[in-house]
Amino acid sequence: MKNNSKAVRYNKWGYIFLIPFIVVYVVFQLGPMLTTIYNSFFENYMAGLTQVGPTFVGLKNYQKLFTDGDIWIYAKNTIVIWLMCFIPQIVLSLLLGAWFSDVQLKLRGTAFFKTVIYLPNLIMASAFAMLFFTLFSDNGPINSLLMQIGFIDTPYSFLSHAGSARGIIAFLNCLMWFGNTTILLMAGMMGIDPSLFEAAEVDGATSTQVFFQITLPLLRPILVYTLVTSLLGGLQLFDVPQILTNGTGDPVRTTMTMVMFLNRHLYNKNYGMAGALSVILFIITAILSLVVFKVTGNDKRKG
Amino acid sequence: MKKKWIGALLCLSMTAGLLAGCGDSGTPSGSNDTQKETQKETDSQSQGSDDNGGSEESSEGKVLNIYVWNEEFKTRVKDYYPGYEEIDAKSGKIGDVTVNWNITPSDNNAYQDNLDSTLLKQKDAAADDKIDLFLGDADYIAKYVYSDYTMPLSELGIEESDLPDQYQYTHDVAKDDSGALKGVSWQACPGVLFYNREAAKEVFGSDKPEDVQEYVKDWDTFNESAKTLKEKGYNIMASANDNYRVYSNNVTSKWVIDGKINIDENLMNWVDASKEMVDKGYTGAYDLWSDDWKKGFYPEGKVFCYFGPAWLVNFSMAADTEGSIGYEGGWGATEGPQGFFWGGTWIFAATGTDNPTLVKDIMMTLTTNKEIMTDIVIDCDDFVNNKPAMEEMAKDEDYSSKILGGQNPIDIYCKGIDGLDLSNLTSYDSGCNEEFQHAMKNYFQGNATKEEALDQFYKAIVEKYPDLTY
Repeated sequence: MKNNSKAVRYNKWGYIFLIPFIVVYVVFQLGPMLTTIYNSFFENYMAGLTQVGPTFVGLKNYQKLFTDGDIWIYAKNTIVIWLMCFIPQIVLSLLLGAWFSDVQLKLRGTAFFKTVIYLPNLIMASAFAMLFFTLFSDNGPINSLLMQIGFIDTPYSFLSHAGSARGIIAFLNCLMWFGNTTILLMAGMMGIDPSLFEAAEVDGATSTQVFFQITLPLLRPILVYTLVTSLLGGLQLFDVPQILTNGTGDPVRTTMTMVMFLNRHLYNKNYGMAGALSVILFIITAILSLVVFKVTGNDKRKG
Repeated sequence: MKKKWIGALLCLSMTAGLLAGCGDSGTPSGSNDTQKETQKETDSQSQGSDDNGGSEESSEGKVLNIYVWNEEFKTRVKDYYPGYEEIDAKSGKIGDVTVNWNITPSDNNAYQDNLDSTLLKQKDAAADDKIDLFLGDADYIAKYVYSDYTMPLSELGIEESDLPDQYQYTHDVAKDDSGALKGVSWQACPGVLFYNREAAKEVFGSDKPEDVQEYVKDWDTFNESAKTLKEKGYNIMASANDNYRVYSNNVTSKWVIDGKINIDENLMNWVDASKEMVDKGYTGAYDLWSDDWKKGFYPEGKVFCYFGPAWLVNFSMAADTEGSIGYEGGWGATEGPQGFFWGGTWIFAATGTDNPTLVKDIMMTLTTNKEIMTDIVIDCDDFVNNKPAMEEMAKDEDYSSKILGGQNPIDIYCKGIDGLDLSNLTSYDSGCNEEFQHAMKNYFQGNATKEEALDQFYKAIVEKYPDLTY
């Protein structure tokens, strides 16, 4: 009897330890999310010093977002910038991860380099963006360097051309996050049974074959995790382009991301439109996550 | 049992710690606690020493909250308001009243948004947290003049007849529907053209204002001079946005008519003229206040001129930095192609202030005291809102501006003021002006056609002001 009750009591601790998370989740995540959805059905904004609304308008906010059509442009911008950042990032991370985790290479100072590649992530994104803004300005150091080596004659306005502006944003994000991804992938690679590598070596496999036939397939769960987190992070891309373009998304809004668009509404206290946009963003995020999981995650269960 | 309690306690403290962050969101601003603390300190100090003039204001509040968007007004109060003592960058003291400065930059309407959200809470705020005094720029003065959040000056005991020396236009724009005067200004902002004397000598052979004026007397001549300057390696202006105000102040219609966005013909003239200039390489398309724009404050920047009122040359053109043109006294002033104004700062009393006497005194001292105002002109090259004093100084041969290489520019400002027309101001001007320049930058740089740039402007405005249509 005594033993029994003790066993039951132990179970309780699981729930008790979950309480802080649940409370925080409900107060800071679930609550705001539900009020956001609620708010998205209202017309509610400030016109100067007077409050307009809130009046219930049903789905009018959503309708307006879609009929204006701009939302697709911003969604495309976001995805393009994310791809420009993610593809080089994953290649670089895989390469570095493979090198760092390969015991045969006997690389020296790996601990040092692992720290160094992670360092950019510790700098605030805004500070990083300010730095690049100065570096790439018309009279900035990059332009004078390029002019001195005779590569160009007149300063190139990096931030006034869609390609280079997006490129800089993608490059900045890539620089900030490739260290993080490398460490994640490395952890995955070191989790692979070393006997597999040894067996491959005995069979005479080249290092390229080992990488594509053994490392990559066994790395899939970690790769999917990286892809999903990076995609979600990419959809919420905001701080770097906001600071780099001073919130304008110049040139001609080609660097305006979804969250920057959201911020423009929120900044002017247009809670209805901002709410509607947030809900759309939430739905897109949910769908993309589901698709990624369906495409890559189910493999294991199917055998 | 004991362990269980410890566990529960730990859980609780963790949650409490996480929730603590949102605990003080009820108070209007984070710095309130420290404000109250410093106030208590000064209170106890003044009780101890019973310093000057404290007794007559004893019925009024002990904290004066001032909302501004840059250091300019603070410097004026610090240097010219008798009895002001600075405590640190964000606070000071007048007698036993603590002065708190709330400084928010005006980019992207940040100053107005911050001010508005505090004004909306004004009614319920504690007396010491209420805004007592705030400033407004010509770009959005109408928004505050027509609202109930600013006090008619007559309620403070200031009648228009008490301000006979001020320029009439500074009163006209600060009056609401019923004709009640709401704000006063210590400066007047007729704009002129500031040119680089070295460049003028090199290219036109003279740096005398009368001679230079011949080369910039109208827009056609201005364009021709741009070509001459380009051949000698100078950009006529740092950015196409430099002469934006000259065009935008000579419009014949308002930005917003009946809730619809309206682009005046003269603004489109600016767009066409600027596009041509940028295409020919006579000027850049930089944002105002950006580093690339500021390069022309130095001789290496190779910029011929800037358009602006007195505050630009005194306050913004790096005159204190060694090696700048202003530091060497290398600027000259002349009328330029067209008269215009840019900015201008009005002082408002916020409704509900608990320091009306002090607010009134600050207003009167800084905007009517002839001695102080003349000092401001001499020390800071500003142009002040005092007609007789300015007309006197215009003729004063002893006065000369150091930044302007010994020139007395007052005469030129005085001439400029007669032509000022501020009847087309709306409360949407700051957003419209900012976004119009942003959008057109894309057209100047060849990233968008004129229609695309206009479209971008409309979009940005509707986002900023959801109550407008196009």
